Amino acid sequence: MAKHVNITIDGRNILAKEGRNLVDVAKENGFFIPSLCYFDHIDPPLGTCRTCTCKINGKHGPACTEKVREGMTVEINDNELKDIRKAIVEMMFAEGNHFCPSCEKSGNCDLQHMGYEMGIAISRFPHLFKDRLIDYNAKRMVMEHNRCIKCMRCVVDVKTDDNKQVFSYQNRGNETYVGIDYEQEAKLTHEQAIHAMNICPTGAIMVRGESLGKPFGERKFDQFSTRPDYYDSAVKSNNNKKKPKPKTIATVSLAGCFGCHMSLLDIDTNLLDLVELISFDKSPLTDIKNFTKQCDVGIVEGGCCNEENVETLRAFREKCDLLVAVGECAIWGGLPAMRNTMPLGECLEEAFLNCVTSEPGNTVIPYHEDLPKMLDRVYACNEVVKIDYFIPGCPPDAQHIWKAVRNLLWDENYSVLYSEFKYD
Amino acid sequence: MNSNYNNTFLQEPPRTKMLDRLWAFQHTKGYISDADVTMLAKEYDISEVEVEGVISFYHFFHRKPAGKYTIYVNKSMTSQIKGFNRIIEAFERETNARVGSVDPTGTFGLFLTPCIGLSDHEPAALINFYPFTNLNSLKIREIITRLKEGVPVQEICDEPEQHIQFTPALKGSIFFTKFKIGSAISKLATLEPKGVIKSLRETKLSGRGGAFYPTWMKWQAAVDEDNFPKVVICNADEGEPGTFKDRVLMQNSPESMIEGMIVCAFTIGASFGLIYLRAEYTWLKDRIEKVLENYRKKGLLGENCGGITDFNFDIRIQVGAGSYVCGEETALIESAEGKRGEPRTRWFYPVQKGYLQQPTVVNNVETFCAVARILNIGTEKYLEFGVPQSGGTKVISVSGDCKKPGIYEIEWGTTLKELLDLCGAEDPYYIQESGPSGTVVTPDEEEVPIAMFSEFYNKQHIRCGGAITIFNKSRDIIDILLNYADFYKQEACGICTPCRAGNFIIERKLERFKNGLANQDDVKDLQDWSLLMRTTSRCGLGKTATNSLMNALEKFGDYFEQHVHVNDKSKSLKFDLEEATRDFEQFRN
Repeated sequence: MAKHVNITIDGRNILAKEGRNLVDVAKENGFFIPSLCYFDHIDPPLGTCRTCTCKINGKHGPACTEKVREGMTVEINDNELKDIRKAIVEMMFAEGNHFCPSCEKSGNCDLQHMGYEMGIAISRFPHLFKDRLIDYNAKRMVMEHNRCIKCMRCVVDVKTDDNKQVFSYQNRGNETYVGIDYEQEAKLTHEQAIHAMNICPTGAIMVRGESLGKPFGERKFDQFSTRPDYYDSAVKSNNNKKKPKPKTIATVSLAGCFGCHMSLLDIDTNLLDLVELISFDKSPLTDIKNFTKQCDVGIVEGGCCNEENVETLRAFREKCDLLVAVGECAIWGGLPAMRNTMPLGECLEEAFLNCVTSEPGNTVIPYHEDLPKMLDRVYACNEVVKIDYFIPGCPPDAQHIWKAVRNLLWDENYSVLYSEFKYD
Repeated sequence: MNSNYNNTFLQEPPRTKMLDRLWAFQHTKGYISDADVTMLAKEYDISEVEVEGVISFYHFFHRKPAGKYTIYVNKSMTSQIKGFNRIIEAFERETNARVGSVDPTGTFGLFLTPCIGLSDHEPAALINFYPFTNLNSLKIREIITRLKEGVPVQEICDEPEQHIQFTPALKGSIFFTKFKIGSAISKLATLEPKGVIKSLRETKLSGRGGAFYPTWMKWQAAVDEDNFPKVVICNADEGEPGTFKDRVLMQNSPESMIEGMIVCAFTIGASFGLIYLRAEYTWLKDRIEKVLENYRKKGLLGENCGGITDFNFDIRIQVGAGSYVCGEETALIESAEGKRGEPRTRWFYPVQKGYLQQPTVVNNVETFCAVARILNIGTEKYLEFGVPQSGGTKVISVSGDCKKPGIYEIEWGTTLKELLDLCGAEDPYYIQESGPSGTVVTPDEEEVPIAMFSEFYNKQHIRCGGAITIFNKSRDIIDILLNYADFYKQEACGICTPCRAGNFIIERKLERFKNGLANQDDVKDLQDWSLLMRTTSRCGLGKTATNSLMNALEKFGDYFEQHVHVNDKSKSLKFDLEEATRDFEQFRN
């Protein structure tokens, strides 16, 4: 029988079997350690994603490459470490091109799930928008390189029956991607192919014809947090409401679809409460085109794709005390930012010159002094002005917006439910 | 006579020849074809994508023809300040090739590569891996003309001078005196392994690659392993920009390096040795092979090595293929095994499971040279050099803005000022010690001694791994940092998030400074993100990639203050609308 050893995690004494993996031991004892590359049967562990970084005997390191040993002292949940782990997941969002609303894996994606559990509304890092390909050449699988986080799971775990690798890293540095061998891929059984898709923590490996689709609300990570301490840190509603003062709100949709405005209207009967207490200034809801006064809160939907967006956003910053970016587009560019990986010229040519509905010889890329000039890419709002608060979602959950608005207007504390915090 | 020996023969699987095979294709055809990939995959019974993965990891391997003459121009910071741009212009003009491509006739391929270990001869380039130094437009014209006339490259290439500018004047040199073949080996019979370890312990010799891990501890750990065969690897993958000391040591006395390895093999009971030589030093390969052959002839390598019964040891050379991270010992081992040079986790140390999962000692060229010299001259004589706690001398490569770039063998304890005076540093401002992954020193710290251990000084010391690169005031710090960020972005192995994405992100952020868009928050971001990479990266590359940046932010605060916008109340950020709409302007009718 294996020896048991005493270890300490965040000051708690724990008895564990010697030599077991620290991630497993921590999870079994109710500690939340995010992990993406780690899975149980790979030895030695990969240690590639670094999201399980904690402090082991006073030294930073990933928990997944540690075996439990006598006297080990582990720190997991101090503020510095929580922030480090959050930063690494944010880094993955900034590095890849993760368009959750258009991803088949959305709702069943480990990366997205980590984002939810850690409450990542925005990545602190600039999105890199590196141009990446989608490889459709394999018979059964599609490799979506935009979504790959290079965790190495598929590289080491997916092999043909004669033990050949199907996936292998290619290139190095920021050009690294996971290549697929078409010949070997064809040799995989259907079950092996499905296994490859399932162990991928994101939607990078897809098997044609195998839908992951489930209705919203029924997907793997839709409803409940798996994190034991999810609500411990969140602030509960407080009951001593201040006497509400009437406030003014302005709203705008820049490079967005007005979906976030629709979601704002989804707060249903709460609208009745709201109407009595606030007035809308410049907003598509009122059709007031210009600011008539200084506003308390500005709600911005959409990012900046042309110079008019930039000017409008600057005006909002000037005229609103608090600025809220609502929805993925405002936060980091969202779906319109899909064009960010390619040059503007190519996008315009495709849209105006080479599209199926254009008449040959009778097409032009519109340019007129009255038309706002397009920007080279779609910029997030916080690249142009400072933003005070971010509400993620495509569109954001109405309840999340409503809670945030109440907080901003009346200092009401609140906690966002796991199910109200989504990227799609 | 010694229970240490075990002559289990190390059977290297065929795949360990992968890099050599790829090199053969690359050298003969100028590229690696689809058929070659298929053939290798079949031979090694692996998938083609795995072969492609290995090829694409190393930037000297090409999948498309790279020209009859493949030119690699050094793009490191030292080259940049010595006229890189003019050199590129001249090469483009003379060869008709553009950077990153081959000219229409397929004769010349022009590519860039990080430091090629010739920082004291910049601007420098490699043509078909032969060195060409101190380039200028005229010289380039002549070289290309001769090549077009059909003169073989090896006939017109330069022999890089050793530039040994300084050795301790009174006491003489440790590293640069004539090394008598067999002189260290002859000591082994009396010393026995214990005696070797004792000598190393007394001299406090520690890893000269820059990590300064005590050599005796590493060797002792290998002695304690009872898994045979054991392996000795010499790390001659000197990739740290600005470092060229190992090159000069190998030019000057490869014998001492080889004998150091033999001493190690004797001590730990190894039967197999490997020199991992960086591809940039391919021109040194034949010379080292010759020396090895000579050793074999003299019975100092092979069976009953040095006349010691049952001590069988031989060495092979593995040439790398262009990858900085392969200087990391576990990445080096992976690479020597014919794989992608990805560092391993520290689940096992190389002395436990290294090359082909066998106990392995990996040491730097200078460390092995030092071992041979210590045995040769004795610990007492060795410790006459240097200061207490840091005995002996250190070989340092000096380059950049100074009158006499080259090799300086200084005694430990020499102050930075003394070294700067020796090399004729011109208005030093930003002094990069140990390359981009080392630390930045300012002229204010001139009195700080260069030493291994700080206990003795109780205060600051510079633990120099082998390079001092001097930049004067006319060099822009942002340019230096951007050059380093670009280097790490490309040289990261790519498997851990903070290093792969982090270096890319840092580069983007530095571009904001370059473009005059940065504000005070951006400085804070750089600090936080550098620290994040340091604490979370998988290997030393990512952990040290932002060293120069962090030092710069800390020590050159004034400079950054001048280069950022003060956060104002308007909460509007700098946004270059003109730049952002430039692409669209091309559609003006």
